[in-house]
Amino acid sequence: MSKQITVPFGPQHPVLPEPLHLDLVLEDETVVDVVPTIGYVHRGLEKLVEKREYTEYVFIAERICGICSFIHSQTYVQGIEQIMGLEIPERAQYLRTIWGEYSRLHSHLLWLGLFADGMGFESVFMNAWRLREHILDDLEATTGGRVILGVCKVGGVRKDITPEKLDEMLRGLKAMERELQDLTNVFLHDNSVSHRLKGLGVLKKEDAYQLGAVGPTARGSGLAIDIRSTGYGAFDRINFRPVVEQDGDCYARCAVRARELFTSIDIIEQCIKKIPDGPVDMKVTGAPDGEYFSRTEQPRGEVIHYIKGNGKKNLVRHRVRTPTFTNIPPLVTLLKGVELADVPVVVLTIDPCIGCAER
Amino acid sequence: MMAAQTITQIAVGEVVAKAEQAQRDGYRLVQIGCTKIGDDFEIIYVYDKDFVLLNYRITVKQDTVVPSISGAYFGAFVYENEIHDLYGITVSGINIDFKGTFYRTAIKHPFSVTITKEGDA
Amino acid sequence: MTFFQNTRTVLKSLFSRPSTLMYPAKPAKKTENTRGHVTINPAGCITCRTCQRKCPTQAIVVDVKEKTWQIDNMRCVVCAVCVDTCPTKCLAMDTQYRPAMTARGGVEKFTVAGPKKKEPAAAPADGVKPKEPKE
Repeated sequence: MSKQITVPFGPQHPVLPEPLHLDLVLEDETVVDVVPTIGYVHRGLEKLVEKREYTEYVFIAERICGICSFIHSQTYVQGIEQIMGLEIPERAQYLRTIWGEYSRLHSHLLWLGLFADGMGFESVFMNAWRLREHILDDLEATTGGRVILGVCKVGGVRKDITPEKLDEMLRGLKAMERELQDLTNVFLHDNSVSHRLKGLGVLKKEDAYQLGAVGPTARGSGLAIDIRSTGYGAFDRINFRPVVEQDGDCYARCAVRARELFTSIDIIEQCIKKIPDGPVDMKVTGAPDGEYFSRTEQPRGEVIHYIKGNGKKNLVRHRVRTPTFTNIPPLVTLLKGVELADVPVVVLTIDPCIGCAER
Repeated sequence: MMAAQTITQIAVGEVVAKAEQAQRDGYRLVQIGCTKIGDDFEIIYVYDKDFVLLNYRITVKQDTVVPSISGAYFGAFVYENEIHDLYGITVSGINIDFKGTFYRTAIKHPFSVTITKEGDA
Repeated sequence: MTFFQNTRTVLKSLFSRPSTLMYPAKPAKKTENTRGHVTINPAGCITCRTCQRKCPTQAIVVDVKEKTWQIDNMRCVVCAVCVDTCPTKCLAMDTQYRPAMTARGGVEKFTVAGPKKKEPAAAPADGVKPKEPKE
């Protein structure tokens, strides 16, 4: 019977972008059990509904996370609009979808850089973040902010994009597609990367479904769970197929994210071709009275906002369940049997965004 | 645009039975959320299959003991520990029970008190 | 296995300028939509306090009696709600972000024009004098 020792991983660790603590129980360098602890960046943002009206709360909903901020605000205003029965203009739906897909591009490139850096592959890190600068420049030129866009509001969006700017954005993306292809080829076909990732941290399909895995963590194991298929925003008018891989190991999850980069560019191209003219916002009066579950697909998976109002200007409850929060039980399961030196790489493949998870 | 959503009210004793029924029918657990309305707490269990939501709601008081569904769904422990730490509702029988140390906050059970507006945020 | 996949990118990086910006020696990238800090045209302000009510971080404080408009630049998150909702359009968003500070500060106070008093159309009734609009 070998001796078991407990090694703490985190909250301060060079590969982790945000603090997460795992107590790893080891037998001779192999992990047999994991106890997770979060709560290092708990800000209690949901309590602020008592102090801010529902129209001002968009800015707080945006700041739940820095990387996936636009889609949080989109989910929130979508929920409020469903409760109040508002039909926002078509152009606003398309603009929100375009900005949402830009956010997904920037998040996946950020993840790719961090992941490569966690493995020691610095040149992919620098190239990925250099490409990400082009995306952030486009976001800044159209909305005014690089990461926290501040452009969603109840009833539509606050800014419009001219058709010339849309064409310029499309040309920029097409030119970038060639470099993205090079980058993902280098990363996915590299010998050391394949050796390190294939067969590691396998999450089986039934386990993924039972434990509540979402996003690329689930799609890498063969489950086609992608909330964009339900048709929120402009997705009911666009051809879209979720990207699914069957193996369930770390390599499959990385391949899902790499292929989603190209799916996002395709979605943006379809939106820009189909976007109608018209207003981008509508007048909103009154207050929400009712409850609703609003779901969208963030870069890391399915996010669900529960909004409850009772007719006053302040909401009763706003509850956010982010994808990383529900990906923690699958993480605990798939770390069993992994060697200690591989733990950082495996933790990074689920793309932890602990700031989201704890709000 | 979206389908209408219904929330079914059930009793505290039926929580585990409904969870096991949902698991047999092939639903996955989406979230367990808690809301404070006046002196009561509402806990909503949300399940999903093929993008159709199935919601159950129970209404409890501060000292009600709620049974855990982590026998049917292993991943429920994160939600149930969070409800205990933020609202102070006891959940019995969680498979990984942090006993109040999941979130360490300066005020215990912060969401169960309503802070009145004193000046700036 | 593939060979020389990265050659194109490597050669491009070797023979072109570095992509990093030498900020703050060179100014940061700006577009016309960039949100930097809030500026006010004091002559246009009528102290209606809409900006103070709408500000999500409560960074603006308007004193109607003293006729001052004050903004705490360190609290401001440059969301531009005040700019959008000002009825006289006296607030504007500048593209330059505020300078870095090493101590608490950043509160700017302006003396503003205040609401314009209306001139009565007919001759004044007894005891009521017409007031001129203040500058």
